[in-house]
Amino acid sequence: MLQIKDLHASINGKEILKGINLSIKKGEVHAIMGPNGSGKSTLSSVLVGNPAFEVTKGSVTFEGKDLLALSPEDRSHEGLFLSFQYPVEIPGVSMVNFMRAAVNEQRKYKGLTALTASEFLKLMREKRAVVELDNKLANRSVNEGFSGGEKKRNEIFQMAMLEPKLSILDETDSGLDIDALRIVAEGVNKLKTPETSCIVITHYQRLLDYIKPDIVHVLYKGRIVKTAGPELALELEERGYDWIKAELGE
Amino acid sequence: MQEEPNKYVKELTEEKYKYGFTTDVHTDIIERGLNEDVIRLISAKKNEPEWLLEFRLKAYRHWLTMEMPSWAHLTIPEIDYQAISYYADPTKKKEGPKSMDEVDPELIKTFNKLGIPLEEQMALSGMAVDAVMDSVSVKTTFKETLLEKGIIFCSFSEAVREHPDLVKKYLGSVVGPRDNFFAALNSAVFSDGSFVYIPKGVRCPMELSTYFRINAANTGQFERTLIVADDDSYVSYLEGCTAPMRDENQLHAAIVEIVVHDRAEVKYSTVQNWYPGDAEGKGGVYNFVTKRGHCKGTGSKLSWTQVETGSAITWKYPSCILSGDNSSAEFYSVAVTNNYQQADTGTKMIHLGRNTRSTIVSKGISAGKSQNSYRGLVRVAQKADNARNYSQCDSLLLGSQCGAHTFPYMDIHNETAIVEHEATTSKISEDQLFYCNQRGIPTEDAIGLIVNGYAKEVLNKLPMEFAVEAQKLLAISLEGSVG
Repeated sequence: MLQIKDLHASINGKEILKGINLSIKKGEVHAIMGPNGSGKSTLSSVLVGNPAFEVTKGSVTFEGKDLLALSPEDRSHEGLFLSFQYPVEIPGVSMVNFMRAAVNEQRKYKGLTALTASEFLKLMREKRAVVELDNKLANRSVNEGFSGGEKKRNEIFQMAMLEPKLSILDETDSGLDIDALRIVAEGVNKLKTPETSCIVITHYQRLLDYIKPDIVHVLYKGRIVKTAGPELALELEERGYDWIKAELGE
Repeated sequence: MQEEPNKYVKELTEEKYKYGFTTDVHTDIIERGLNEDVIRLISAKKNEPEWLLEFRLKAYRHWLTMEMPSWAHLTIPEIDYQAISYYADPTKKKEGPKSMDEVDPELIKTFNKLGIPLEEQMALSGMAVDAVMDSVSVKTTFKETLLEKGIIFCSFSEAVREHPDLVKKYLGSVVGPRDNFFAALNSAVFSDGSFVYIPKGVRCPMELSTYFRINAANTGQFERTLIVADDDSYVSYLEGCTAPMRDENQLHAAIVEIVVHDRAEVKYSTVQNWYPGDAEGKGGVYNFVTKRGHCKGTGSKLSWTQVETGSAITWKYPSCILSGDNSSAEFYSVAVTNNYQQADTGTKMIHLGRNTRSTIVSKGISAGKSQNSYRGLVRVAQKADNARNYSQCDSLLLGSQCGAHTFPYMDIHNETAIVEHEATTSKISEDQLFYCNQRGIPTEDAIGLIVNGYAKEVLNKLPMEFAVEAQKLLAISLEGSVG
């Protein structure tokens, strides 16, 4: 589904990613862990085409297409979704209007007609249930006045609406209490099919208790320095990153 | 926000202003220039009574002693008032046409193209239209239907002929001929416009609307609108305007006067879409307009709603004089400027009566290299006990080369007054746009969503058909404003 080869990227001339290689197959869940500042969020930003970052080298193929050649909106239309670490507030734009624009843009890209108002509202109702999102929130402005937990739930709700092939969850667990964490994780699991894949970026094992990864990577100083099975996350939880740094001779 | 080299700038206004065509119709244009003979000629062409000619001449003589106002936050190039023609008649007949058969088909086509069908059977249900091109009213629809209820809705020229007493009583009663430079000019040379009278206790059953169109080159449009709502009446009135794309600037100096009697209510909505000039700031309409309402009666109510997207320069302050006790007024405004457009717009709320209330909601949106100013005055006179005003002035910036300015004035002479003012300035952030992009919404559509959300409070005040039109207009006006 996704092949990243020797990916280098920088922001304001400073290189953050220094040669990432990663391959994700259909149906897989990959966890990416690593200390602060290792480039985890940069990787997700680069994949979805955030213009603040510049790709200086390497290639990314998504479902056979050159991902880096696509605009951010077309990457979305092709089935790439990012659950933002810090969801953005858009005052004045209701969630309903926002999602309707998003869903219909995707349909347009696929050559489908726009949903009618009633079809759309039915879809909203259905998907809201996935993350137990309150109807009131759906009628409010995008993320405005949402609590931290509500914002994250709202991200997963949008994921449910857009039915992406590959979802990137960027520290979706940060700022969540244990109940909200469970709701969000269960939402992600409900949406998981053998056809879809997931990249889970996190610092903690607790999210991975719910969303079981097939493969765990450690990102450090802009490179993937270790790749193993789910047991690696448990080991990191217990021992921290120092032993990995030691292995690297630091 | 990072400033991108504006790759859309070329295609911007020139292609997006879809009303920029001209109509090829024989037009009776008087020679350029302004003097007393010209004023006599205009008056004679309209067969006006002596008192009206006197009104014009007095205004003209006073205008000669005045200077163009310079206090606005605008850079206005010098205007040669002798290079403008003050009267252009595309109907070239002595009397305004009476039935559809008499209206030049070219004119009907023009208004059809503008989305204003003049055939009543094709017209939008529930809306009567007075169509004004250059200096003359082309056609007023549903006139007879309205007259059955005693409502007078006709061109200003016709009102002078058919209802001279009403015109004489109210003309200049809210905006005097000496009020300001442009008002004096208008009072001297005004050509056509609309007249509305709603009798006591009548609720006007349809929206009344005037559509202003400048067509002829090197002419100015100086229309005059007078609306009188008698006791316990109600009317909702809409005004729309467009002009062809021309390299020269065109002058539009109108006056709107509204008189609201006891417990009557008037809603006045404008979607102003005069040609704004091209992306380099060439051409466009100078829109120097005086609009004022007088809430004369007890418990009277006046509401101004404006969506200003056009014009090279806008100088406009729809105001209310609240002299009736318990009267109230509202001003809801969205003003958009892009490229080199300049707008200095706002309102004046003059509280004279007791328990008077006013609300001001102004939303400025600036893009490109434009300058957008809100200027508002809230005055509470000594006798205006318990006056209340709430003002909210928001500015939204797109890009970093535009300017937003707020000039609120308060002049309070009564201790019981409660006056609140809130102001915010925000920018559409890269983060917001990228968030939309990631969800599959392209940048231009994202700006449309955000801007319409921002202006929602004002757009909601517009009648349905207008609100939809205004929403589209906002998006079009800002197209290409972010790289």
